[in-house]
Amino acid sequence: MSHSQTTTTEHHPALAHQFDSMEQQREASNFGMWCFLLTEIMMFGGLFTAYLIYRLKYYEAFVAGSWSIQVSWGFANTLVLIASSLTMAMAVWSAQRGIRRFQILFIALTMLLGSAFLGVKAKEYYDKYEECHIPGASFNAEGGLGCETGNIAQEVANREKIPLEAARQIARQTQIFFSFYFAMTGLHALHMILGMGLMTWLLLKANRGDFSPEYYSPVEYGGLYWHFVDIVWIYLFPLLYLISRHR
Amino acid sequence: MSTVTIPTQPQLEMPKKHYLNDNYGIRSWLLTKDHKRIAVLYLITITFFFLIGGVFAALIRLHLLVPEGALFQADVYNKLFSLHGVNMVFFFLVPSIPATLGNFLVPLMVGAKDLALPKINLASWYIFIIGACFSVATMVLGGVDTGWTFYTPLSSGYLKTHVVTMAVGIIIAGFASIFTGLNFIVTVHRMRAPGLTWGRLPLFIWSNYATSLIMVLATPVLAITLILLAVERGFHIGIFDPKLGGDPVLFQHMFWFYSHPAVYIMILPGMGVISEIVTCFSRKRVFGYSFVAFSSIAIAVFGFLVWAHHMFVAGISTYSALVFSLMSFAVAIPSAVKVFNWTATMYKGSVSFHTPMLYAIGFIGLFTIGGLTGLFLAALGLDIHVHDTYFVIAHFHYVMVGGMVMAYLGGLHFWWPKLTGRMYPEGWAKLAALITFIGFNLTFFPQFILGYLGMPRRYAAYPPEFQVLNVLSTAGASILAVGFILPLIYLLWSMRYGEVAGPNPWQAKGLEWETSSPPPTHNFEHTPVVTEDPYHYGEEQDGEVPVVP
Amino acid sequence: MQPKLPLFPEQASTVAGQVDALYLFLVLITTFFSLLIALLILFFAIKYKQTPGRKAEQIHGSTLLEIIWTVIPLGISMFIFAWAAIIFFHQRRPPTNALELYGVGKQWMWKFEYSGGQREINSLHVPMGRPVKISMISQDVIHSFFVPAFRVKYDVLPNRYNTVWFEATQPGTYHLFCSQYCGTKHSAMIGEVVVMKPEDFEAWLGSGKAEGSMAANGEKYFQDLGCITCHRPDSGARGPNLQGLYGRPVRLSDGRTIIADDNYIRESVLDPAAKIVSGFQPIMPTFKGIVNEDGMLQLIAYIKSLGEQSGEPLNNRTSPTMLRDTEVPNIQQEMKNQGGTTQPQPGKKP
Repeated sequence: MSHSQTTTTEHHPALAHQFDSMEQQREASNFGMWCFLLTEIMMFGGLFTAYLIYRLKYYEAFVAGSWSIQVSWGFANTLVLIASSLTMAMAVWSAQRGIRRFQILFIALTMLLGSAFLGVKAKEYYDKYEECHIPGASFNAEGGLGCETGNIAQEVANREKIPLEAARQIARQTQIFFSFYFAMTGLHALHMILGMGLMTWLLLKANRGDFSPEYYSPVEYGGLYWHFVDIVWIYLFPLLYLISRHR
Repeated sequence: MSTVTIPTQPQLEMPKKHYLNDNYGIRSWLLTKDHKRIAVLYLITITFFFLIGGVFAALIRLHLLVPEGALFQADVYNKLFSLHGVNMVFFFLVPSIPATLGNFLVPLMVGAKDLALPKINLASWYIFIIGACFSVATMVLGGVDTGWTFYTPLSSGYLKTHVVTMAVGIIIAGFASIFTGLNFIVTVHRMRAPGLTWGRLPLFIWSNYATSLIMVLATPVLAITLILLAVERGFHIGIFDPKLGGDPVLFQHMFWFYSHPAVYIMILPGMGVISEIVTCFSRKRVFGYSFVAFSSIAIAVFGFLVWAHHMFVAGISTYSALVFSLMSFAVAIPSAVKVFNWTATMYKGSVSFHTPMLYAIGFIGLFTIGGLTGLFLAALGLDIHVHDTYFVIAHFHYVMVGGMVMAYLGGLHFWWPKLTGRMYPEGWAKLAALITFIGFNLTFFPQFILGYLGMPRRYAAYPPEFQVLNVLSTAGASILAVGFILPLIYLLWSMRYGEVAGPNPWQAKGLEWETSSPPPTHNFEHTPVVTEDPYHYGEEQDGEVPVVP
Repeated sequence: MQPKLPLFPEQASTVAGQVDALYLFLVLITTFFSLLIALLILFFAIKYKQTPGRKAEQIHGSTLLEIIWTVIPLGISMFIFAWAAIIFFHQRRPPTNALELYGVGKQWMWKFEYSGGQREINSLHVPMGRPVKISMISQDVIHSFFVPAFRVKYDVLPNRYNTVWFEATQPGTYHLFCSQYCGTKHSAMIGEVVVMKPEDFEAWLGSGKAEGSMAANGEKYFQDLGCITCHRPDSGARGPNLQGLYGRPVRLSDGRTIIADDNYIRESVLDPAAKIVSGFQPIMPTFKGIVNEDGMLQLIAYIKSLGEQSGEPLNNRTSPTMLRDTEVPNIQQEMKNQGGTTQPQPGKKP
């Protein structure tokens, strides 16, 4: 589409037609990005609220559920994500300075760490599958045939020193914990995957040498998004893996 | 209707180059980033859904002519009202004014060349289309019979229809409205023309700004709620299913956390349109500008705190019912303030009655009734009786159709010359406005009485003593249908044969009238500079509203 | 059949008059303000019609007027709020002397059961002039119990007992609707409420062929299920003693105190590990999928009858299920202070 330009001031190639100046463009897109993050907060907020309500209602089951997921993997993933936030910040820094080599390096590193996170998550999901902890018709947390490794009932009975019958009732309720586990980490993982797509796009642009000290907002907003997804994990990790694990 | 004439204006001509003829071809439309063209795309899309929703409504009213139901089996009837609700709410009312008139006018009114994020704007339309495809697919595959509210556990575990398809469609369309809202917020904050301070913004901008706040903050909650519903249905897990330990009432809380604010998404932009029309055709500043502006924000904020008034009989605790009832009464006040201010704006004005003004007056009257009957529903002891009856149906149709659709049609007529460069035929338009008003009241007023008599909503058959009122309602609906079809015909006709409008046919104030009609792709030849308050009518050089013969 | 055009529903309960008074007041308010606005618009439209040579007078606004038309509607709406809230509290608090019935909603019928064991489907007989309280639960989706002539409605939820109460004032037959959309035959989930004079009602109750009272059936069921092996009144019992339990505070193992109402008993049968009575082990198996809603109501009726019949003092019990009588008022006070959501039932005194 061709536009007949009416303004005659000299143009940065990245200045979109609707803005008068690069500064206005930066301010507008920055503001838009924060509004978008607000939307994201409300979306995760709804899910977190539902989680907290059920946590109060089925406290024992939520504690038992968190026993059955591996803190070590969760902790490793937390470190990976924090590291990726650092590399992302470095990528933004190098975009601001216009150092193309570093942009490519740090975006690639961020992607590498992101893939590591997703890999670990896939492994954790696979473990849950092996243990029959996927909610639905085949869910079994009482050590059914083929599901012996995921016998939450036995573990609850041992730890809490309560009769197996009561432990089984709690184990059955962990299904709702796992529903939330998968809904929350799944939505988070979906955001990670979208983030990876975003990083690929940034990598291509960086490779082309698009970013300069005057124009680096895509990297900046990619970074904001990436940090946001990290922060969500910083909440998810204690909520799902840690709270009340030892009581 | 007026005999007053003013000297005929020089023969007007269409501008040589404008956004509609800037370039041609399907590609230039489908890849456009021009907010005006996207508004037109949205206009076509939502008209389609308005017609579909309307056909369902007509079938519902025909079916209810006789107590045992005239046309369909109960399961078909249930699909009809569900599809009527879903299509009208999510695919017509929510995007109606923001995505069409708002998209067209927000940049013009703030003196910008486009919305701040044109690509996001185009993406919003495509996302909406994808959502719409899911809705159409649902209808083609055989529909859905959950009601537009999708209450669990009925929707998650019992019904055999295409619940997930429809839910996915609504989630996707929700993101379209998030993107529109985001765009408006950024545009209003960052793209205002020099001199256009917050205190000089047209009230249409204020109301769309308030709407955008709700869109951005509430829609994601609906998305996550419906995602949970779809996942629950797809994988048989128990977040809302009591059999698996879930709580069905939690779904209602989460659903109404969006869907109550959503009714303000539907009405607030309409209020903005009315403020523009009433001032223009009274030739007067709006009475109490800041009160009207801030009441929009107040409605948006309070609107988030009243959701559980949909659940007074659902087993929430007595004390929380008390709090939500109190908040619901509080949210009524800003709406009342608006109505009083519009009325006062006419005082000592110079009032003329063109079609937009007729719709605006209709709006004020019907919205007053719709708003006041809302008090019946906020009143705890009374809501027990009228909850989930036709009283509720009548109430929200007075607000949604009597309010929002009237405002939408009024706005469409008001800005039609700006959109197309041509005038609609005034005589036909006045007739249509009158028919709509009469048909509307005949359709929905009997439903108040039906509701208080106790006829529950969503009933495919009803006791015989309710028949007379139902027949009246159906008769009204057939009149209403004429009132809606007429504009469709003459507006299309006027695009080719209508009189050339000129840049400012109403002699109205506001930046959108300072550019040609239709506007050029870049909206303004020079960036406008604002030096006056909004609605500064009454200056010496101003003409009257010209009288269309 | 003559076409009828009713404009106002029958009034057949004590609360109907109160609701109607509020309704008529609101109709008055609505009419007044709608007419006010309509007449003002009409007046301005005629008086200030566009005429050549006259220009609009520009007025910016008036803070005084804004305050007036904010404060007056606020005052009126607060008045309505308070009025409606008072009626609501009245509607939500059943009198203690109410006749207690049980209702089960399912797709798409209403089932009612009297404590004497009489059952009805899609019809409900109630006496005139006596409060009737119905504890309702749904077997599947959410329904809503709605009798327009009584101005009474409440949702019937799965997994939780909700109650409605009313006191009928006029003999006659009235509509019973399901008002919460519940699937295909939602509009066929209707029935009738028959209000009878007290003596007719007694006669009707007597003529019903009941196979034993609900409590008696519940007792039989209690034994069939084997509950009796653990829930015994002796000191060595593995389960809490249920004598006189109903409606009294129970201390749980985590230190909370809870009122033993319908919902608590139901939860304890279906999900026994959720609330363990202080001093007991969580050994009870769940009866989810075994006890249906009708059976559950009978069990509850039986447990309720244990409290009513026994008449023994509740103190000096060997099992720690119950609190001593002297503690009860303190605990009720305590719960009131905490603003507990469960409405304490008055303890059944001997």
